Amino acid sequence: MRYLPLTSSDRAEMLAAIGAPSIDALFADVPEPARLQGPLDLPRAMGEIEVERAISSMAARNVAAGSVPFFIGAGVYRHHIPAAVDHLIQRGEFLTSYTPYQPEIAQGTLQYLFEFQTQVALLTGMEVANASLYDGATACVEAVMMAGRITGRRKAVLSGQLHPHYREVCETYARFVGFAVDAQHPIPGGEDLAALVDRDTSCVVVQNPDFFGEVRDYSELAQRCHEAGTLLVIVVTEILSLGAIRAPGEMGADIVAAEGQSLGNALNFGGPHVGLFATRDKFVRQMPGRLVGQTTDAAGRRGWVLTLSTREQHIRREKATSNICTNSGLCSLAFTIHLALLGETGLKRLACLNHAAAVKLAERIEAVPGVRLVNRAFFNEFAVRLPRPASEVVDRLAERGILAGVPASRFYPSRNELADLLLVAATELTTDADIDRLEGGLREMLS
Amino acid sequence: MNDWSRAVSARRGDDLAPPIDSVTGNRGLQIEEALIFEQDSPGHCGVDLPEPAPFRSRLGGLERQGPIGLPGISEPQIVRHFTRLSQKNYAIDTGLYPLGSCTMKHNPRLNEKLARLPGFADIHPLQPVKTVPGALALIDTLAHWLKTLTGLPAIALSPAAGAHGELCGIMAIRAALEARGDRRARVLVPESAHGTNPATAAACGYAVDPIPADETGRVDRAALEAKLGTDVAALMLTNPNTCGLFEREMIDIAAAVHAAGAFFYCDGANFNAIVGRVRPADLGIDCMHLNLHKTFSTPHGGGGPGSGPVALAASLAPYAPLPWIVHGSDGLELIEHKSGPAEHSLGRLKGFHGQMGMFVRALAYMMSHGSDGLRQVAEDAVLNANYLRARLADDLSLPFPGVCMHEVLFDDRFLKDTGVTTLDFAKALIDEGYHPMTMYFPLIVHGAMLIEPTETESKALLDWFISVMKRLAAVARAGDAARFRSAPEFTPRHRLDETAAARKPVLRWRPEPARREAAD
Amino acid sequence: MSLLRFTRDHEWIRLDGDFAVVGITDYAQSQLGDVVYVELPEIGRRVDQGKEAAVVESVKAASEVYAPASGEVVEVNDALAADPAKVNADAMGEGWFLKLRLADAKELDGLLDEEAYRKFVEEQH
Repeated sequence: MRYLPLTSSDRAEMLAAIGAPSIDALFADVPEPARLQGPLDLPRAMGEIEVERAISSMAARNVAAGSVPFFIGAGVYRHHIPAAVDHLIQRGEFLTSYTPYQPEIAQGTLQYLFEFQTQVALLTGMEVANASLYDGATACVEAVMMAGRITGRRKAVLSGQLHPHYREVCETYARFVGFAVDAQHPIPGGEDLAALVDRDTSCVVVQNPDFFGEVRDYSELAQRCHEAGTLLVIVVTEILSLGAIRAPGEMGADIVAAEGQSLGNALNFGGPHVGLFATRDKFVRQMPGRLVGQTTDAAGRRGWVLTLSTREQHIRREKATSNICTNSGLCSLAFTIHLALLGETGLKRLACLNHAAAVKLAERIEAVPGVRLVNRAFFNEFAVRLPRPASEVVDRLAERGILAGVPASRFYPSRNELADLLLVAATELTTDADIDRLEGGLREMLS
Repeated sequence: MNDWSRAVSARRGDDLAPPIDSVTGNRGLQIEEALIFEQDSPGHCGVDLPEPAPFRSRLGGLERQGPIGLPGISEPQIVRHFTRLSQKNYAIDTGLYPLGSCTMKHNPRLNEKLARLPGFADIHPLQPVKTVPGALALIDTLAHWLKTLTGLPAIALSPAAGAHGELCGIMAIRAALEARGDRRARVLVPESAHGTNPATAAACGYAVDPIPADETGRVDRAALEAKLGTDVAALMLTNPNTCGLFEREMIDIAAAVHAAGAFFYCDGANFNAIVGRVRPADLGIDCMHLNLHKTFSTPHGGGGPGSGPVALAASLAPYAPLPWIVHGSDGLELIEHKSGPAEHSLGRLKGFHGQMGMFVRALAYMMSHGSDGLRQVAEDAVLNANYLRARLADDLSLPFPGVCMHEVLFDDRFLKDTGVTTLDFAKALIDEGYHPMTMYFPLIVHGAMLIEPTETESKALLDWFISVMKRLAAVARAGDAARFRSAPEFTPRHRLDETAAARKPVLRWRPEPARREAAD
Repeated sequence: MSLLRFTRDHEWIRLDGDFAVVGITDYAQSQLGDVVYVELPEIGRRVDQGKEAAVVESVKAASEVYAPASGEVVEVNDALAADPAKVNADAMGEGWFLKLRLADAKELDGLLDEEAYRKFVEEQH
């Protein structure tokens, strides 16, 4: 078998050196009732040709986003990834290396993570960032739990415009970890979150751009929160937006929880992605996840190490800030490389192209009779109200080879008031031909 | 004196001639590389993007003002930067990682190719389900393999890593207990457990009650049974355990746990020792997380991403987190809300559907090995570890003599009175071209060295490794402590000052003050 | 007159009238290694004998520091924030952690005196 180097003569020699009569002797501690006599009822070993054939046939049954006009966002975005990114992350020294616990032989990983932490802090306008979490949704709940530790308070107020998966994760953790979540209804439009802040509120969680694509200034909310001793958590699901809109740090956020997938990482049917987490220096010891710090070695040269590890599970055990161990490693490398290639001017231009595509898309479909744009402002995604249930429109357009966006009812099946709402996204990959197809499809369906 | 300052003084005291210094600080192929922020060519860019045509902004006046502070660099420099960084890393592709509990096996490249097929990489989780039947089929196939291998009837695939899977398991247990109106307060965890176990239990509101090991290195069954009671929600056990030993009394322990009305959680990090030879369900467990990045070869990527699916008994299956993939009348269905069969689900633990990229890789791995190959994996893993144990028993010291499973635990008694610690020994191993073994874990043994070779190492490589270990042990006992304390010498960096890093954390790059003033 | 006592968890407490100064012993700091951070309680907080009062962190470990006696925290050693190394350099003096207004000075009777503590530490080896 191609991945197993031992030969039968090796095995015989090794058993002799051990002094065991057979391999079964080494499994003698397994109680008799639990010993499997032979291989389980699963297919036997296959060569590369057969494995490739079997798995490729499953892949071939899926409609790839790049093969059709594509307008789906809602927390995962389709962007161009420069060819160099995937080549670099597949270098064996990155792909197959371990967590950098032995820093002398992991300076490659540690240096890029230090660069990643800096990039995330700069993008979000915050003081310090960690070396990634699993995804945006778990970063969001980690932010809520951190706010609870800092303030000593039990309740988090969640905007109704927070991504519903993020809210659901917070609700799950709240039930089992033991805090409370006051989640508002998802009404696209205004909310008065400041009015909900009281002495038991650890944080208010908002998203910008929000789930419906709306862009807002949360500076005033930040002030009202701080007056009450409450923290402001700002969630960002489309990290590219920070190349065009005001950063959460500038608005007064205390913690930023974000999804970094848009940079360097493909759609991948929802995973693996990369959670970004940033905060203020004064809260650094309450941060979950790994942190890379700069130091010097015995020869006086600059180098990097994992630091402030006493917050983490392998040392603090039951008193850890989080139980996280593995994080998003290679996905954060892809993010770092992509953002390094873009740089300041590239990121801003890419963000501009995204907004321009969305503006063009909005103008065209707003002109379709019956379609009403909900947003006052947006980045690369917005919500429209249709004269028919949005899920029907999406399904029918899918049959015609157009992936027209996400109906809000996919997330909120029982909210009739959202049944006519469609979320539509455009990126730098959206072409005029794609927009023509969508406009044409909508006109036909809604006439 | 800390490890770092001992290393500094050990090097100063060395009476060998200092190495020749190059003009650049480079050493041949080992090239010093600055941070990207120190290589800024303002205005430069490594991606050519079209200029957008003029348009009316609809950002609502919230345009970002001022510079972000990101450096501009061309593609050739970026490629060179990250290539040079990669050359400072040890990796499985470079050599052996004898890391106990990590299962650092070879990462097959076929897996990478298949995960990148557009039909998997370029599909959105929210596409109409009818447009992604192959994705559901892949996930369902993976689920079938994992259920068959574990013997458990249900599997939750969304947890993003082992620790996340542990959280899922303990949450499911708590949900099941609450559903029967039974609130319990304690979780039993062996003292030898991985830190994520007590961290997870505590996170879910349980008091963690540690159980000591017996003199054979296995959980002390009498102590365990004495601690069982109507307020115990669960026992969390790793099997094989973190000393590399099979918990022989597991079936009886399971019976006792169930008799007390509690659940049995198994940490499946060490599944590599028994995959295909033992089904954990036959040992009486109720749930078990698996690490796809350990047993099933998905790459460690310098720290992630992982995937931690959780296999569940029928008593816990109703509480599995969303989403569920079920066999409906019309084929596979995706259930994303707490309705129908999933009405008692504990909810979501993560956005979207789980680590699909890792599912593809793991299934490719499993299909490549097949049921016969996976059984061989466990056998070779256990054989390799016992071979190391037998050949090193006289040179190092074994706290628990006797057959081990896929990993072998040594302690630091063989270094007594040498002035060399486990840490020093490990650093000297680095100079010999090996990543060190797991150190100081499990905590129940002094100066632990936990070695897991995995099945993808050849006998020739193991023989080399053995000879190096024997030699280092002999050198330590001969009294050359300074050589160990100043190690590693041949690596891109020598020992780093972790104390300074923690006392005065510098967690990001900042521009120099002088340049900041000049910019103002 | 000041009275010095020790706990089996390697804390010391020095009584000075109604107030007592608390720290960790020289043996404790040597076992811990370089101290990188000390988490001190808020002024005004009530601590109970034997319960956690502070946390001391080294690179590889975090240890609870238990209150040797019950009382109210009246002062903490702010100098440790900038220079946690004081705990290593002078654990019994400049590396002190906090000052308590004791609830009941008689609680010190159950603790070890200097000689008893010295013997206790010897037995650890």
